[in-house]
Amino acid sequence: MDFAALVQHLRAALPDAVLEEHPEAFSPWILVRREALGELALLLRDDPALDFNQLMCLSGAHAPSTDADRLWNVLHLFSVRHGHKLALKVVLDAADPACPSVAGVWATADWHEREAYDMVGITYTGHPDLRRILCPDDWQGHPLRKDYVAPATYNGMPLD
Amino acid sequence: MDFLMGNIWLWGPITAVVIAAVITVNALVSVWLERKVSAWMQNRLGPMENGPQGILQTVIDAVKLILKEDIIARGIDRPLFKMAPYIVFGASFAVFAVTPLARGISPADLDVGVFYVLAISSFVAVGIMMAGWSSNNKWSLYGALRGVAQAVSYEVPLSIAVLTVVMAAGSMSLQTVCVAQDGGFWNWNGLALHRNPFLVGSFLIYFIASLAEVNRTPFDLPEAESELVGGYHTEYSGMRFALFFLAEYANMLAAGILASVLFLGGWQPLLPALDFVPGPVWLFGKAYFFVVVQIWIRMTLPRLRVDQLMYVCWKVLVPSALAMLVLGGLWQLMIQG
Amino acid sequence: MESRELFLHGSRVPDAGPDGELMTLNMGPQHPSTHGVLRLELKTDGEEVAQVRPHIGYLHRCFEKHCEKLTPPQIVPYTDRMDYLAAMNNNLGFAIACERMMGLEVPEKVEYMRVIVAELNRIASHLIAIGTFGLDMGALTPYFYCFRDREMILDIFEEVCGARLLYNYIWVGGLSHDFQDDTDDKILRFCDHFDKRLDTELNPLLSFNKIFVKRTANVGVMTPEQAWSMGASGPSLRGSGVDFDLRRDDPYSVYDRFQWKVCVGEGLMGTVGDCWDRHWVKVLEMKESVKILRQAVAARPKDGDVKEKVPTRVKLPAGEIYCRTETPRGELGFYIVSSGGNQPERVKVRPPAFCNLSVIDEISRGALIGDVVAILGSLDIVLGEIDR
Repeated sequence: MDFAALVQHLRAALPDAVLEEHPEAFSPWILVRREALGELALLLRDDPALDFNQLMCLSGAHAPSTDADRLWNVLHLFSVRHGHKLALKVVLDAADPACPSVAGVWATADWHEREAYDMVGITYTGHPDLRRILCPDDWQGHPLRKDYVAPATYNGMPLD
Repeated sequence: MDFLMGNIWLWGPITAVVIAAVITVNALVSVWLERKVSAWMQNRLGPMENGPQGILQTVIDAVKLILKEDIIARGIDRPLFKMAPYIVFGASFAVFAVTPLARGISPADLDVGVFYVLAISSFVAVGIMMAGWSSNNKWSLYGALRGVAQAVSYEVPLSIAVLTVVMAAGSMSLQTVCVAQDGGFWNWNGLALHRNPFLVGSFLIYFIASLAEVNRTPFDLPEAESELVGGYHTEYSGMRFALFFLAEYANMLAAGILASVLFLGGWQPLLPALDFVPGPVWLFGKAYFFVVVQIWIRMTLPRLRVDQLMYVCWKVLVPSALAMLVLGGLWQLMIQG
Repeated sequence: MESRELFLHGSRVPDAGPDGELMTLNMGPQHPSTHGVLRLELKTDGEEVAQVRPHIGYLHRCFEKHCEKLTPPQIVPYTDRMDYLAAMNNNLGFAIACERMMGLEVPEKVEYMRVIVAELNRIASHLIAIGTFGLDMGALTPYFYCFRDREMILDIFEEVCGARLLYNYIWVGGLSHDFQDDTDDKILRFCDHFDKRLDTELNPLLSFNKIFVKRTANVGVMTPEQAWSMGASGPSLRGSGVDFDLRRDDPYSVYDRFQWKVCVGEGLMGTVGDCWDRHWVKVLEMKESVKILRQAVAARPKDGDVKEKVPTRVKLPAGEIYCRTETPRGELGFYIVSSGGNQPERVKVRPPAFCNLSVIDEISRGALIGDVVAILGSLDIVLGEIDR
């Protein structure tokens, strides 16, 4: 299915999940309502016409702008059988960085979400084991935030 | 002449010093051999810097080990930790006391020579267990447990294979076993297909079991570097580690000597006409041939997993060894009369 | 639509053994066979493993944070250092991602040369994977034979771009250096030398050695469903019998012009998806890479400047892209977000080894400690790219 058909199918199945669509992007993506992500993920994986069995990548990003401080949770999906791709984005407010976890749908999301939590600070509800993965467990702050300032010491050791 | 059967207060210390010297020189030679032979097999040169073709390399390594700091971590059980290398080394050391050097000459020609060797060399397991337990390190413990299980298990096919030889020679004395292989290389137990083909089978079983007793690949789990870092001697440094190291190579030589005595004629020359070459030369020549084969096998084969190792011992080697024993005995009864 | 109960990680508390207690054993961070600085926390019941918990991050060098302050040409050397054993493939992934965003088409000659160096690097990387896998199993010799053959490849790379391991060769829009006059001959000579070696040395000594087979067959079996769900890719995915290779199924560069086979595990020595299959897929892939190399060297256009399409200033247009390529370890993905400025806003790397490592808990259940070493070796991880 091409992007337009995919979006049409999704809008038909879950009417208020897809907020925006961006077919002009280099990797076409849809903006998804946060609360609908869990159900949408299940639909994307289990519907035979969609059959997105591979979560290629799940990324977190910090996208502050002049009027709002936003965090992105971006999923890139691929279907081996049909050969189509889809990108989903959930935009969160930095003050309320909770997002449903898709680790129960695609197991690889487990580690990807841990990294997004570690680097950007998105807390995934329903994640089986949300803890830092790249930084030490007791690290303070989320390094990939644009306003992140590296600490001067860590457990008494100076960081230069 | 059995030196130790005479004046033990005179010959005892002399023999001990000589054996210690032999073991030390053996370590120097074996380590150099191992590094060079494995290098040539692996398309490289090995030690080249210290001395021509690197023959002084082991000397330098020994000096380095002696100069190292003796680290004993906190939590280590000190008495056991310190005793363990001596026990392992002592067990390997004592085996050399019964090696037949030439016709009628050996440090001690015990009537129960074979039995003595098997009994003393099983002491190594005790030393390994002490080393692994006292190190206060889970990896050492794993290595020790594996090592003890392996050593104890493989003694069974080893002893049964040796029994076949004892049966053929009619005596447990190592000198008598050598003398029984008089003639030429076709009379050697391991090659005497015409005398008793089941001895050849026992030879193979003995060799495989001795690889396991010496902790060489494919049975080197107790020290499997890529799994257990160093196994039971992880925590040892400096001179203590050197003792383990020495003991390992002494064990290799002992296994080689025993294999040559039991199956390749010991001090017997290849052909009776060559007996102007002294016995010890033949003995050590054959022993080092085995050492080279041990090195060769180490470089070729991967390592067996612990359960596979036990499987090979109990389900393959023990039945085969028993079969060799029974069939060899029957052969001897019926055909040799 | 039911929610299928899928594989839980980390939070699962393993059942205690018959004695009621599990032993916690640490492999690493310094350990001869964790390929890099990796800490594997094993919970064992005697020799049997109940849970494997990998702890990563020891080699984290903040690649993604650096990217936000660097222009794309400056990022290329950093990509080398992620998967340092297959640096050309990393460069290629990033260059292709940027070129797709910019709509830049590189000359034919550059495409062929990129394929040549990428496949050479694939062989070099697989040689290390196979050599160290044998080393983990206790086979000390194949390692040296693999490295000897790899030396020939590194010599070729040194002649081409001056570096043996970290090349900075594949730039956005072209390459940094042209081949020398005799590079093609050297590559063909390597292909001839290598083809023979695989069948006469490596396979009899390692792949078909009875002990090696016993250590790796039926160990660490990964089903295709597990592989897809947990994001395994590359030889780890194909070893489970899945016929999927990005070079053919999501094509990039000029791979579609060559005749070559996708190598899939068939359970020759044990079960489909065991460690031996993953190893065998790598061996077969090296043969296929040699085939591609021969074709590419023969078909490569010789005239043209490799730098002719390299822009003086690489400016990524506003937008975002996810672009993936097949490295020796699997699917390397770059998610690049740009706002039109000199530096990208966000570069997220999806490393293949990151997802390949995450399967280790699932497939090590019930294995012995020696098997964990085998499984880890067969997954072929490089901590540089896992931690970035």
